[in-house]
Amino acid sequence: MAVPILKQGQYLIASIQDALTDADLQQLRDALVAQVGRHRSRGVIVDITALDVMDSFAVRTVRDIAHMTRLRGAETVIVGMQPEVALSVVQLGLTLEGVHAALDLEEGLAFLDEKANAVRGGRPGG
Amino acid sequence: MGERQPAAESAGGFAVSRRSGRVSPDEAQEIAVRADADIVVARQRGRELAASLGFGPTDQTLIATAISELTRNIVLYAQRGRIVLKAIVGQGGKRGIMVVARDDGPGIPNVEQALQSGFSTSGGLGLGLPGVRRLTDEFHIASEVGHGTTVTVKKWNR
Repeated sequence: MAVPILKQGQYLIASIQDALTDADLQQLRDALVAQVGRHRSRGVIVDITALDVMDSFAVRTVRDIAHMTRLRGAETVIVGMQPEVALSVVQLGLTLEGVHAALDLEEGLAFLDEKANAVRGGRPGG
Repeated sequence: MGERQPAAESAGGFAVSRRSGRVSPDEAQEIAVRADADIVVARQRGRELAASLGFGPTDQTLIATAISELTRNIVLYAQRGRIVLKAIVGQGGKRGIMVVARDDGPGIPNVEQALQSGFSTSGGLGLGLPGVRRLTDEFHIASEVGHGTTVTVKKWNR
Protein backbone atom coordinates (compact mmCIF):
# COMPACT_ATOMS: atom_id res chain seq x y z
CA MET A 1 0.00 0.00 0.00
CA ALA A 2 1.19 3.49 -0.80
CA VAL A 3 2.04 5.85 2.04
CA PRO A 4 0.20 9.19 1.83
CA ILE A 5 2.51 12.18 1.59
CA LEU A 6 1.11 15.53 2.73
CA LYS A 7 2.61 18.89 1.86
CA GLN A 8 2.59 21.37 4.71
CA GLY A 9 4.34 24.62 3.90
CA GLN A 10 7.98 23.86 3.16
CA TYR A 11 7.70 20.38 4.63
CA LEU A 12 6.53 16.98 3.47
CA ILE A 13 4.89 14.64 5.95
CA ALA A 14 4.75 10.93 5.20
CA SER A 15 2.58 9.07 7.65
CA ILE A 16 2.98 5.31 7.59
CA GLN A 17 -0.40 3.74 8.38
CA ASP A 18 0.24 0.03 8.11
CA ALA A 19 2.87 -2.65 7.78
CA LEU A 20 4.95 -2.04 4.68
CA THR A 21 6.51 -4.52 2.32
CA ASP A 22 10.01 -3.92 0.97
CA ALA A 23 8.47 -2.70 -2.29
CA ASP A 24 6.24 -0.24 -0.39
CA LEU A 25 9.27 1.14 1.45
CA GLN A 26 11.23 1.63 -1.75
CA GLN A 27 8.21 3.33 -3.30
CA LEU A 28 8.01 5.70 -0.33
CA ARG A 29 11.72 6.49 -0.67
CA ASP A 30 11.42 7.30 -4.37
CA ALA A 31 8.23 9.34 -3.91
CA LEU A 32 9.78 11.46 -1.16
CA VAL A 33 12.96 12.11 -3.09
CA ALA A 34 10.91 13.14 -6.13
CA GLN A 35 8.47 15.34 -4.20
CA VAL A 36 11.23 17.22 -2.38
CA GLY A 37 12.18 18.54 -5.80
CA ARG A 38 8.64 19.12 -7.04
CA HIS A 39 7.59 21.14 -3.98
CA ARG A 40 11.02 22.63 -3.20
CA SER A 41 10.64 21.22 0.32
CA ARG A 42 13.15 22.02 3.04
CA GLY A 43 12.17 19.27 5.40
CA VAL A 44 10.66 15.78 5.47
CA ILE A 45 8.94 14.06 8.37
CA VAL A 46 8.46 10.31 8.28
CA ASP A 47 5.96 9.29 10.93
CA ILE A 48 6.61 5.66 11.87
CA THR A 49 4.27 5.54 14.87
CA ALA A 50 2.22 2.77 13.24
CA LEU A 51 5.26 0.72 12.22
CA ASP A 52 5.36 -2.33 14.51
CA VAL A 53 8.53 -3.87 13.08
CA MET A 54 11.68 -2.23 11.78
CA ASP A 55 14.04 -4.81 10.43
CA SER A 56 17.37 -4.28 8.68
CA PHE A 57 15.72 -3.43 5.37
CA ALA A 58 13.40 -0.83 6.89
CA VAL A 59 16.26 0.79 8.80
CA ARG A 60 18.42 0.90 5.70
CA THR A 61 15.61 2.39 3.61
CA VAL A 62 14.88 5.09 6.19
CA ARG A 63 18.58 5.91 6.25
CA ASP A 64 18.59 6.11 2.46
CA ILE A 65 15.59 8.46 2.55
CA ALA A 66 17.42 10.78 4.96
CA HIS A 67 20.64 10.78 2.96
CA MET A 68 18.96 11.14 -0.42
CA THR A 69 16.65 13.99 0.62
CA ARG A 70 19.61 15.77 2.23
CA LEU A 71 21.40 15.65 -1.11
CA ARG A 72 18.30 17.34 -2.52
CA GLY A 73 18.36 20.06 0.14
CA ALA A 74 15.85 18.74 2.66
CA GLU A 75 16.39 17.43 6.18
CA THR A 76 14.51 14.29 7.22
CA VAL A 77 13.22 13.64 10.72
CA ILE A 78 11.88 10.26 11.84
CA VAL A 79 9.13 10.59 14.44
CA GLY A 80 7.13 8.20 16.57
CA MET A 81 9.39 5.17 16.93
CA GLN A 82 7.78 2.83 19.46
CA PRO A 83 9.95 1.83 22.46
CA GLU A 84 9.79 -1.88 21.49
CA VAL A 85 10.89 -1.04 17.97
CA ALA A 86 13.76 1.05 19.31
CA LEU A 87 14.88 -1.93 21.39
CA SER A 88 14.76 -4.32 18.46
CA VAL A 89 16.72 -1.92 16.25
CA VAL A 90 19.43 -1.65 18.92
CA GLN A 91 19.50 -5.41 19.49
CA LEU A 92 19.83 -6.04 15.78
CA GLY A 93 22.93 -3.86 15.93
CA LEU A 94 21.53 -1.36 13.45
CA THR A 95 22.21 2.35 13.53
CA LEU A 96 20.39 5.29 12.03
CA GLU A 97 23.53 7.36 11.60
CA GLY A 98 22.93 10.80 10.23
CA VAL A 99 19.16 10.48 10.65
CA HIS A 100 17.37 12.95 12.91
CA ALA A 101 14.72 11.56 15.20
CA ALA A 102 12.06 13.18 17.36
CA LEU A 103 9.46 11.84 19.76
CA ASP A 104 6.37 12.83 17.78
CA LEU A 105 5.08 14.94 14.92
CA GLU A 106 5.00 18.12 17.00
CA GLU A 107 8.62 17.73 18.08
CA GLY A 108 9.61 16.87 14.54
CA LEU A 109 8.05 20.05 13.15
CA ALA A 110 9.69 22.10 15.94
CA PHE A 111 13.06 20.59 15.02
CA LEU A 112 12.66 21.46 11.36
CA ASP A 113 11.53 25.02 12.23
CA GLU A 114 14.59 25.46 14.43
CA LYS A 115 16.82 24.22 11.63
CA ALA A 116 15.19 26.58 9.14
CA ASN A 117 15.60 29.53 11.52
CA ALA A 118 19.22 28.66 12.16
CA VAL A 119 19.88 28.69 8.41
CA ARG A 120 18.18 32.08 8.01
CA GLY A 121 19.61 33.80 11.11
CA GLY A 122 22.73 31.75 11.72
CA ARG A 123 25.26 33.99 9.97
CA PRO A 124 28.49 34.79 11.80
CA GLY A 125 27.83 37.32 14.54
CA GLY A 126 24.10 36.99 13.98
CA MET B 1 4.07 -19.81 -9.70
CA GLY B 2 0.59 -18.91 -8.48
CA GLU B 3 -0.07 -22.48 -7.47
CA ARG B 4 -0.32 -23.18 -3.78
CA GLN B 5 1.95 -25.80 -2.35
CA PRO B 6 0.39 -28.38 -0.04
CA ALA B 7 2.48 -26.87 2.75
CA ALA B 8 0.65 -23.59 2.45
CA GLU B 9 -2.71 -25.25 3.00
CA SER B 10 -1.96 -25.96 6.61
CA ALA B 11 -1.10 -22.33 7.30
CA GLY B 12 -4.69 -21.65 8.31
CA GLY B 13 -4.46 -24.12 11.17
CA PHE B 14 -3.50 -21.93 14.08
CA ALA B 15 -1.60 -23.61 16.84
CA VAL B 16 -3.52 -21.65 19.42
CA SER B 17 -7.20 -21.15 19.87
CA ARG B 18 -7.46 -17.47 20.59
CA ARG B 19 -10.89 -17.93 22.09
CA SER B 20 -9.81 -20.36 24.78
CA GLY B 21 -6.21 -19.14 24.97
CA ARG B 22 -5.08 -22.74 25.26
CA VAL B 23 -1.86 -23.78 23.70
CA SER B 24 -1.41 -27.04 21.95
CA PRO B 25 2.32 -27.61 21.52
CA ASP B 26 1.83 -30.25 18.86
CA GLU B 27 0.35 -28.03 16.20
CA ALA B 28 2.49 -25.92 13.95
CA GLN B 29 1.67 -23.45 11.27
CA GLU B 30 3.59 -23.19 8.08
CA ILE B 31 3.93 -20.18 5.83
CA ALA B 32 5.13 -20.53 2.26
CA VAL B 33 7.69 -17.85 1.39
CA ARG B 34 7.96 -16.76 -2.23
CA ALA B 35 7.91 -12.97 -2.33
CA ASP B 36 8.69 -9.98 -0.15
CA ALA B 37 5.00 -9.65 0.78
CA ASP B 38 5.34 -13.00 2.59
CA ILE B 39 7.84 -11.37 4.95
CA VAL B 40 5.03 -9.23 6.37
CA VAL B 41 2.66 -12.21 6.56
CA ALA B 42 5.20 -14.37 8.41
CA ARG B 43 6.09 -11.76 10.99
CA GLN B 44 2.44 -10.88 11.62
CA ARG B 45 1.59 -14.56 12.18
CA GLY B 46 4.55 -14.82 14.53
CA ARG B 47 3.42 -11.79 16.51
CA GLU B 48 -0.12 -13.23 16.79
CA LEU B 49 1.18 -16.56 18.01
CA ALA B 50 3.55 -14.88 20.50
CA ALA B 51 0.72 -12.70 21.82
CA SER B 52 -1.55 -15.71 22.27
CA LEU B 53 1.24 -17.45 24.20
CA GLY B 54 1.38 -14.58 26.67
CA PHE B 55 4.51 -12.81 25.41
CA GLY B 56 4.48 -9.08 26.19
CA PRO B 57 4.59 -6.37 23.52
CA THR B 58 8.39 -6.05 23.70
CA ASP B 59 9.03 -9.75 23.13
CA GLN B 60 6.34 -9.85 20.45
CA THR B 61 8.24 -7.16 18.58
CA LEU B 62 11.61 -8.89 19.01
CA ILE B 63 10.11 -12.17 17.73
CA ALA B 64 8.42 -10.46 14.78
CA THR B 65 11.67 -8.70 13.90
CA ALA B 66 13.64 -11.96 14.02
CA ILE B 67 11.06 -13.63 11.75
CA SER B 68 11.27 -10.68 9.38
CA GLU B 69 15.05 -11.08 9.07
CA LEU B 70 14.87 -14.86 8.63
CA THR B 71 12.15 -14.60 6.01
CA ARG B 72 14.05 -11.92 4.12
CA ASN B 73 17.11 -14.20 4.01
CA ILE B 74 14.96 -16.83 2.28
CA VAL B 75 13.63 -14.32 -0.29
CA LEU B 76 17.10 -12.84 -0.88
CA TYR B 77 19.21 -15.96 -1.08
CA ALA B 78 16.91 -18.88 -1.89
CA GLN B 79 13.89 -17.15 -3.51
CA ARG B 80 11.52 -19.62 -1.86
CA GLY B 81 11.18 -21.58 1.32
CA ARG B 82 9.05 -22.00 4.41
CA ILE B 83 8.61 -20.53 7.84
CA VAL B 84 7.25 -22.84 10.53
CA LEU B 85 5.88 -21.36 13.74
CA LYS B 86 5.28 -23.56 16.74
CA ALA B 87 4.28 -23.15 20.35
CA ILE B 88 6.68 -25.08 22.57
CA VAL B 89 6.81 -26.02 26.23
CA GLY B 90 10.12 -26.16 28.04
CA GLN B 91 11.42 -27.28 31.41
CA GLY B 92 9.13 -26.40 34.28
CA GLY B 93 6.26 -25.85 31.86
CA LYS B 94 7.59 -22.57 30.53
CA ARG B 95 6.08 -21.51 27.27
CA GLY B 96 7.97 -20.52 24.22
CA ILE B 97 7.85 -20.05 20.51
CA MET B 98 9.94 -21.84 17.94
CA VAL B 99 10.58 -20.47 14.49
CA VAL B 100 12.07 -22.63 11.76
CA ALA B 101 13.18 -20.98 8.52
CA ARG B 102 13.90 -23.56 5.84
CA ASP B 103 14.94 -23.26 2.24
CA ASP B 104 16.43 -25.43 -0.50
CA GLY B 105 18.62 -22.60 -1.72
CA PRO B 106 22.35 -22.47 -2.40
CA GLY B 107 23.35 -22.93 1.25
CA ILE B 108 26.03 -21.03 3.15
CA PRO B 109 29.63 -22.06 2.38
CA ASN B 110 31.02 -20.64 5.60
CA VAL B 111 28.46 -20.58 8.39
CA GLU B 112 30.88 -19.24 10.98
CA GLN B 113 31.67 -16.28 8.79
CA ALA B 114 27.97 -15.63 8.16
CA LEU B 115 27.44 -15.43 11.91
CA GLN B 116 29.98 -12.63 12.26
CA SER B 117 28.73 -9.08 12.21
CA GLY B 118 29.48 -7.29 9.00
CA PHE B 119 29.43 -10.29 6.70
CA SER B 120 27.07 -10.37 3.77
CA THR B 121 27.14 -11.67 0.24
CA SER B 122 24.04 -9.86 -1.00
CA GLY B 123 25.13 -6.30 -0.46
CA GLY B 124 22.92 -6.14 2.61
CA LEU B 125 23.94 -4.86 5.99
CA GLY B 126 25.46 -8.21 6.81
CA LEU B 127 23.83 -8.23 10.20
CA GLY B 128 20.99 -10.60 9.51
CA LEU B 129 22.02 -13.75 11.33
CA PRO B 130 24.00 -12.23 14.22
CA GLY B 131 21.08 -9.86 14.77
CA VAL B 132 18.57 -12.71 14.83
CA ARG B 133 20.80 -14.49 17.32
CA ARG B 134 20.72 -11.48 19.63
CA LEU B 135 16.93 -11.17 19.37
CA THR B 136 16.29 -14.77 20.40
CA ASP B 137 17.22 -17.13 23.27
CA GLU B 138 18.30 -20.15 21.26
CA PHE B 139 19.75 -20.21 17.78
CA HIS B 140 20.68 -23.12 15.58
CA ILE B 141 21.73 -23.20 11.96
CA ALA B 142 22.30 -26.10 9.60
CA SER B 143 23.42 -25.37 6.09
CA GLU B 144 24.71 -27.46 3.24
CA VAL B 145 26.04 -25.98 0.02
CA GLY B 146 23.72 -26.88 -2.84
CA HIS B 147 21.04 -28.23 -0.53
CA GLY B 148 19.78 -25.36 1.55
CA THR B 149 19.69 -23.79 4.96
CA THR B 150 17.60 -24.34 8.06
CA VAL B 151 17.67 -21.83 10.89
CA THR B 152 15.85 -22.68 14.10
CA VAL B 153 15.33 -20.12 16.85
CA LYS B 154 13.48 -20.26 20.15
CA LYS B 155 12.34 -17.60 22.50
CA TRP B 156 11.04 -18.33 25.99
CA ASN B 157 8.41 -16.39 27.83
CA ARG B 158 9.91 -15.21 31.10
